[in-house]
Amino acid sequence: MKNLFASGHRACGGCGMAIAIKLILEATGENVFVVSPTGCLEIVSSPYPETSWRVPWIHSLFENAASVASGIEAGLKALGRKDEGKVLAIGGDGGTADIGMGALSGMFERGHDVTYICYDNEAYMNTGVQRSSMTPIGASATTTPAGKVSYGEIHPKKDLVSIAVAHGLGYVASASVGYAADLMDKVKKAVDHDGPSFIHLHSSCCTGWRHPSSKTVEVMRLAVLTGLWPLYEVVDGEVVNVKRLAKRLPVEDYLKTQGRFSHLFKTDEGAEVIRQIQAMADANAEQYGLDLDIEE
Amino acid sequence: MQVVEGSYAIAHAVKRCRPDVISAYPITPQTHIVEDLAQFVADGELECEFVPVDSEHSAMSVALGASAVGARAYSASTSQGLALMWEVLYNVSGMRLPVVMTAVNRAMSAPLSIWNDQQDTIGARDSGWIQIYVEDIQEAHDAMIQGYKIAESKDVMLPLMVCADGFILTHTYEPVVLAEQIEVDDFLPPYEPEYFLSVDNPLSFGCFAEPDKYMEFRYMQHEAMDRARIKIKEVADEFGKAFGRYYGGLIEGYNLDGAEIVLLTFGSIIGTIKEVVDREKNVGILKIRSYRPFPLVEIRDALKDAKVVAVIEKDFSAGFEGALFTDVKAALYNHINDLKMLGFVVGLGGRDVRADDILEIIKRSKSAMDGGITDEWQFIGLRGELL
Repeated sequence: MKNLFASGHRACGGCGMAIAIKLILEATGENVFVVSPTGCLEIVSSPYPETSWRVPWIHSLFENAASVASGIEAGLKALGRKDEGKVLAIGGDGGTADIGMGALSGMFERGHDVTYICYDNEAYMNTGVQRSSMTPIGASATTTPAGKVSYGEIHPKKDLVSIAVAHGLGYVASASVGYAADLMDKVKKAVDHDGPSFIHLHSSCCTGWRHPSSKTVEVMRLAVLTGLWPLYEVVDGEVVNVKRLAKRLPVEDYLKTQGRFSHLFKTDEGAEVIRQIQAMADANAEQYGLDLDIEE
Repeated sequence: MQVVEGSYAIAHAVKRCRPDVISAYPITPQTHIVEDLAQFVADGELECEFVPVDSEHSAMSVALGASAVGARAYSASTSQGLALMWEVLYNVSGMRLPVVMTAVNRAMSAPLSIWNDQQDTIGARDSGWIQIYVEDIQEAHDAMIQGYKIAESKDVMLPLMVCADGFILTHTYEPVVLAEQIEVDDFLPPYEPEYFLSVDNPLSFGCFAEPDKYMEFRYMQHEAMDRARIKIKEVADEFGKAFGRYYGGLIEGYNLDGAEIVLLTFGSIIGTIKEVVDREKNVGILKIRSYRPFPLVEIRDALKDAKVVAVIEKDFSAGFEGALFTDVKAALYNHINDLKMLGFVVGLGGRDVRADDILEIIKRSKSAMDGGITDEWQFIGLRGELL
């Protein structure tokens, strides 16, 4: 099968996003229009006159991918070309959850037949690891650095899945680059769904998270296995297909793999933050029923 | 001929252009245009995708996406809305997408003012959009139809905004000849772009360019603007033949023969100025229709026998002078050396510009002609008691 995201792009070795795009396009096939906001994806894939995209692709600005996707969908409809392909927007956490939130909400509310995938690498990686609203508590980013009197990011992540569900979307899912088959399955469901759909995709940036580039899949999986990144779908408002865990791992197993959390292991205050993060994982387990009861 | 509101005339013209996608966010005084278009769609008179978006930024972004797949796209805005669109304006022109919009002219906040001046579109002057300023409602209606033909021309491929003074041209009623569908269909061919997003030919739009390539993209926009100079004139001529109405190409002169004083301006204020000039001797008007591309040669030619040119405008650059004034001076420098040039700012934030104000400008121009220039650039109608 032809790789629709061609080799030769400029992503870092071990980039979660690059793995994700390859998988996403494998799932959609070639009949798809892709919109990307400004960010790593656009930068690594489109240095004129080269392009990695073997599907029709457009990058416009940082905050308007959802609106451009809306326009593409409306244009195809008006021209009687709706059957030509699905419309897919793929943006990072900055372009989606922060600067592009208004446009995204508008696209959801107006009911455009667009699948929006947010690859969430938990900071503004393209500009050098500045914090976003999706940077997790305790992570050191360049605008919320750990220091003598700081343990890094202090605010919890936005719950993007719930935001999407609150718009009444029929298909919303969380996914992880660490679980390729699950991701592809969800992408297929999302694009086959009529109307807007949304996938919140956890995607490691080995440069920003500071782990070896060979460990991407392993780190991504640990986020799921510790309960920090639950995998589930929300179909017509109902949480379904939760990935349950036979033995949920302690969050330290995930945190210790990455340089962005390393300061937490050095102080008493850091230990307290790790306890907070563990409490978040426990709350996830409770909310989504992550822990598999051996009796079941 | 029918007596209609300006906004209705503009909306009607847009409808006749058969846009595939309309995307707009309401803002006074642009609202009636998009409301009328929405009603056309609701009544089945216009088949198109009408996308009522969450912001002006999204409005222009939807138009961008639609245009990129080969759809004919329309939007409209004004003032703060146009400012919010600003970065998308550059993006649309950089991707060479021939989106057409009505930019209703309104003052910029603060202080908040919903009333007319031209500060908003002057701010968008350098965005790579063709800017056509119109004098009356009929011209606004006609410019929309001409606009698509200019913008979509293969040797132009630039977006175009028709700049029409808010309230004065959008909320007043005038007798207007509303174009018939068959007339517009004969005049304006369907939009068939050479390059568009399609699964059959998967192109990449909006790639980034490194320093060894970026400059050439920008230069090609400039070349396209040069070609637009010719196209705007051609389309005005063709429109004249097809519809029997002509407003000039890039500029239009009025009583210029033997005029010693020329009042140079754009927009709806020309109606008032014509009233005054009709009663004056040796005073003419030079109307700028196309502000971008700027009619350098035409202005030089039109002013070659004049003694004083008074540039009148509803905008200025704080700390310098009126934008049109600067541009006119730049166009004439090295070409006409004995012409005296004065700049006047009038009508900011909707302040009425009356015949007396124009007479005052003519008086000051005469005294500059006879004597020297004491004040090169002045505000007319300032209320000293509020300063």
